[in-house]
Amino acid sequence: MSASSLLDRGVAAIASAIRTGEARAADLVEEALARVDAGERELHCFQTVTADEARRAAEAVDAAVGRGEDPGPLAGVPIALKDNMCTRGTVTTCSSKILENWIPPYDGTVVARLRSAGALIVGKTNLDEFAMGSSTENSAFGPTRNPWDTSRVPGGSSGGSSAAVAAGYVPVSFGSDTGGSIRQPASLCGVVGIKPTYGRVSRYGLIAFASSLDQIGSFGVTVADATTAFEAIAGHDPHDSTSINLPAPSLAATLGEGVDGLRVGLIEDFLDQVAPACAAASSAAAEALESSGAKCESVSIPEMLLGLPAYYIIAPAEASSNLARYDGVRYGLRVDGPDAEAMNGRTRAAGFGPEVRRRIMIGTYALSAGYYDAYYGQAQKARTLTIRAFDSAYERFDVLLAPTTPSPAFKFGEKTKNPIDMYLSDLCTIPSNLSGHPAVSVPFALDENGLPVGVQVLAPALGESVMLRVAAVLEAAAPGDCRGPVLGPRSSTHA
Amino acid sequence: MARLARLDLTDDELAALKDELSDLLDHVDRIRRLETHDVPPTAHPLPLTNVFRPDEVAESLERDEVLAAAPASENGRFLVPPVLGEAP
Repeated sequence: MSASSLLDRGVAAIASAIRTGEARAADLVEEALARVDAGERELHCFQTVTADEARRAAEAVDAAVGRGEDPGPLAGVPIALKDNMCTRGTVTTCSSKILENWIPPYDGTVVARLRSAGALIVGKTNLDEFAMGSSTENSAFGPTRNPWDTSRVPGGSSGGSSAAVAAGYVPVSFGSDTGGSIRQPASLCGVVGIKPTYGRVSRYGLIAFASSLDQIGSFGVTVADATTAFEAIAGHDPHDSTSINLPAPSLAATLGEGVDGLRVGLIEDFLDQVAPACAAASSAAAEALESSGAKCESVSIPEMLLGLPAYYIIAPAEASSNLARYDGVRYGLRVDGPDAEAMNGRTRAAGFGPEVRRRIMIGTYALSAGYYDAYYGQAQKARTLTIRAFDSAYERFDVLLAPTTPSPAFKFGEKTKNPIDMYLSDLCTIPSNLSGHPAVSVPFALDENGLPVGVQVLAPALGESVMLRVAAVLEAAAPGDCRGPVLGPRSSTHA
Repeated sequence: MARLARLDLTDDELAALKDELSDLLDHVDRIRRLETHDVPPTAHPLPLTNVFRPDEVAESLERDEVLAAAPASENGRFLVPPVLGEAP
């Protein structure tokens, strides 16, 4: 498990070594699987490890190289997928009992694109049930532990994917972000997490939570790796009518262009709402950009604080409608009953965990006759106000800067007693989901316990290029010890 | 509400949910009281338009593979318990 292993040298180095025949995908996949085997006893990043399939994919990549063919931009790169992405022939659970044994009859578009790019799918990662949560504690199959400190959560809902990268199993992984579910666990695990513009990446084959907010994105040890991973999945898809009909962006080439002359706004409204270490990291990030030639200013956007309450009406409303499909008829669990309605009710009560039930009930209430205008209607208007506030900020700034999370990784059980405590984890990430704008979390500091702290770069719609250039500058300015991988999980941290 | 959501919950579960939902509604009360006279609602971040495609036969999922994932099927169809009190 030496740090000089090809597995730790990044996606570009791996793909290049595999494409030229300098290294074999078959060897690399064994190394990744050995790390998984050693780490999983403690971490539980994976819901399912697909060792045999990863080996077969590696053989196919090596055979293609042998025939003189190009296996693709992710040739031989071991990856992990959040277990809410449909994989043909491999069980896809959404970390829910209702889908515990479900085997999808098709690959999601992202999965198909990754396979054809030459990536090796090592497994399906753990999440909060149906992506509802911020710690993986809502998984029906037990939580994932944070490799930086196994007494702490990895964040969520894509906590298995962020921890798999932080543990050094894979250089990149994929998750989905509905209210922060990529950026928050990236911040808590010391890795980079990209939430693209809504519509940049097809949602076909992503199990729906809140369809107007859900977006698939990537995790990486570095900005460059996460960017290459994002490029591999981006682009229009006729199977998703909300995917943007534009060519996939080319981003890796401009990553190094710097921030000279860029106008950066530090959103000050979050700063007194978050832990001192998180506020300090974003202020320090602004200073780092300033010394690299950007013009930074503080900006107050009070509408940002409308995001959380609006989201906790809109997302459950959409979820209550999306999850109506789990009725015990076409797939998943069925608990029998004397008639169809009894069967539906028993199946859903047995199959859904407490948080999913809670959200279905909130959403059903917010959409019900008599309350629709007061809650859902008003939340949709708050969404308009959030978008207008962003639009006016982007007249003055090229990108915005904010903390990613209100705190570094917290302990298991710390926020499970009161659901609203957990919901507050999404405070700084939700506005970008409401607006559909891209945002990225970059590791930028360590707190007093040695835990990683991320900062967030936000950009206007389709602004990934400038956003990632800023992220690359922040990465270069950050201390190297604030990012993963942590090879060999740590059981506690030291002040 | 639980019946509308097709969740067959016990009385204890319903009582716990009732308290949690009240707390949450208090928390989002700011949204209910927001001044929004001239503000249009936003349902979606993109300006959505209908997407059409030519009405052509194309490959779709394998029926047997789809039915294999169902809790019960018969003669190429999903099998469900009686609806609306019809005879089984």
